[in-house]
Amino acid sequence: MAEKTLVEAVNDALHVEMEREDAIMVLGEDVGRAGGVFRATAGLRDRFGVDRCVDTPLAEAGILGTAIGLAMAGWRPVCEMQYESFSYPCLDQLITHVGRYRWRTGGAMEFPLTIRMPTGGGVRAPELHEDSPEAYYVHTPGVKVAIPSTPADAKGLLAAAIRDPDPVVVMEPKVLYRSPRGEVPEGEHVVPLGRARIAREGADVTLVAYGAMVHVCLEAAKQLEAEAEVVDVRSLKPLDEETILASVGKTGRVVVVQEAPRVAGFGAEIAAVIAEKAILDLQGPILRVTGYDVPFPYWSIEHAYLPTPERVAEAARQVLAY
Amino acid sequence: MAQVLPAEHDVRRIIGDGEEVADGEVDGLGDAALLDLYRGMVLLRTYDERSLVYHRQGRIGTYAIFWGHEAIQVGSALALADEDWIFPSYRESAIGLLRGMPPETVLSWWRGHPAGWWDPREYRVASIAVPIATHVPHAVGYAWGAKLKGELACAIAYFGDGATSEGAFHEGANFAAVMRAPAVLLCNNNQWAISTPLSAQTRAESLADKAAGYGMPGVRVDGGDVLAVYQATTEALARARAGEGPTFIEALTYRCAPHATADDPSVYWDAERVDEERRNECLGRYEGYLRRLGVLTDELAEEARADALARMKEGIAAAEALPPPDPDVVFAHAYVDPPPGLRDG
Repeated sequence: MAEKTLVEAVNDALHVEMEREDAIMVLGEDVGRAGGVFRATAGLRDRFGVDRCVDTPLAEAGILGTAIGLAMAGWRPVCEMQYESFSYPCLDQLITHVGRYRWRTGGAMEFPLTIRMPTGGGVRAPELHEDSPEAYYVHTPGVKVAIPSTPADAKGLLAAAIRDPDPVVVMEPKVLYRSPRGEVPEGEHVVPLGRARIAREGADVTLVAYGAMVHVCLEAAKQLEAEAEVVDVRSLKPLDEETILASVGKTGRVVVVQEAPRVAGFGAEIAAVIAEKAILDLQGPILRVTGYDVPFPYWSIEHAYLPTPERVAEAARQVLAY
Repeated sequence: MAQVLPAEHDVRRIIGDGEEVADGEVDGLGDAALLDLYRGMVLLRTYDERSLVYHRQGRIGTYAIFWGHEAIQVGSALALADEDWIFPSYRESAIGLLRGMPPETVLSWWRGHPAGWWDPREYRVASIAVPIATHVPHAVGYAWGAKLKGELACAIAYFGDGATSEGAFHEGANFAAVMRAPAVLLCNNNQWAISTPLSAQTRAESLADKAAGYGMPGVRVDGGDVLAVYQATTEALARARAGEGPTFIEALTYRCAPHATADDPSVYWDAERVDEERRNECLGRYEGYLRRLGVLTDELAEEARADALARMKEGIAAAEALPPPDPDVVFAHAYVDPPPGLRDG
């Protein structure tokens, strides 16, 4: 085991997987010469050559569109979208083709492509560098989505995504790219999609989150007098309902936390699953702590938007009062 | 990088008019190949005309008519090598027939039946692209990917004049040129995007001029002239295989049928022009050429028509004989490894 940052773990996964499988190709803006604006792809061009680590024109729909053709020609493309907000042009290809092409061939062809992107706020960046658009991706049939919160999971979930026969979107919380560091297994390391992780055990209230919000929940847990359990969802689709429901069954109280705007966010999906399948376990309402239904703000006031440990702890106290 | 010349503005033409314009010829195209082109056009024409009847009889659903586009489709598709991939739009829905796909497959597609799904690898024909231009990058990615693997396969993408206004066309064309992808971008310029005429689509003097902006050659051909299309595609493929990258071909024609069965063009088109274009349609022009050349006899023509008609009759019968799809197919194929809860609804 080595201590790595989350972005180093991503880089490690790409090296290990590309070494293992010649058909893997990384493509995106500035991924080659520069090694990616966050250095996630550093060293790949030197190690695997310009044909397997490709600096593309600045065109996200072109990246994902050509990746579909590359997959048809036998490649396993790993596309980098430079920022989550820059990925919006690629939603056309994602919705009209990526999620549908296998279905359209009657299951004859596989489209084992991966889309990676940094996601989320808290990094004091200009407009359209700090969104949390996971709901757009999860809502697209045929597409799977994972969001790690630790360096080890960043490596393992990316490896799982690359090996998965279906298209997978991996969203890497950029606020976690450089810290905290964490132990990362060396060599091949796969964290299967569809399995949540108990980030902290507790018997009184369940805090459900993914990505950067897991750390906010862990901080909130420290502020509470009661014992909070923190469930790190890790894989939004497939979703590990069992782990979430088991925790809620144990605590009877739940707060769902997401950084994305509140309306129709993935937290609502989690809340709905709990309401449908565990209502009789609940001692109080399912509460959400989320971003607001506004554009992600100017970075000097981003703290006024982002869910904080205080907001999460306050929601937990509310539900604990029942 | 080689200098890219301005696009050709003269429209390439090989088939004459039997009077003032003399017939030309395509080097290396013998009688058998000339007749293959003819049979292909008859097959697609018959497919299209029968489909319109089947639609009116309620036997297929909404259908995108390609009457008058057969020269573009056959001239280009028959120039391809067997390993080359075709990326059709809905206007080329039946182009797989030229690769041995049975008519019942395409008819099933228009019947909304899952038997209309096919494995693209079987025919080297990608799925029918319903959205506009978004398949252009797929063709480019395929061609680029095959090249990187050291394969000789090229890819051709078909799209209409309206598609050149879409971002996906631009991104695909640019990627093709940058990656020197062995791709052919074939624009079926039938001068209408449903009711929007080309003049409202672009201020460019010719669509082929767009090619220069990508650093690739732009060629204009008479889309009603199957031999001109064949020749231009053959040249583009030779360039692609020689490592010289993509070519943009603008095949000029005129849509003298509705956009699709749901469209009523009488409210927007010029009926006189349509009549004129219909009289000058591509299959008739090619028949005239072959007869002047002495290659086509009444007997051969009748044989081609009868064969195509028989295939369509068998095709629709086979499509209609299929049992209704199992509703459980709703849950099939979206994922190799479906998430749990797929059936929760």
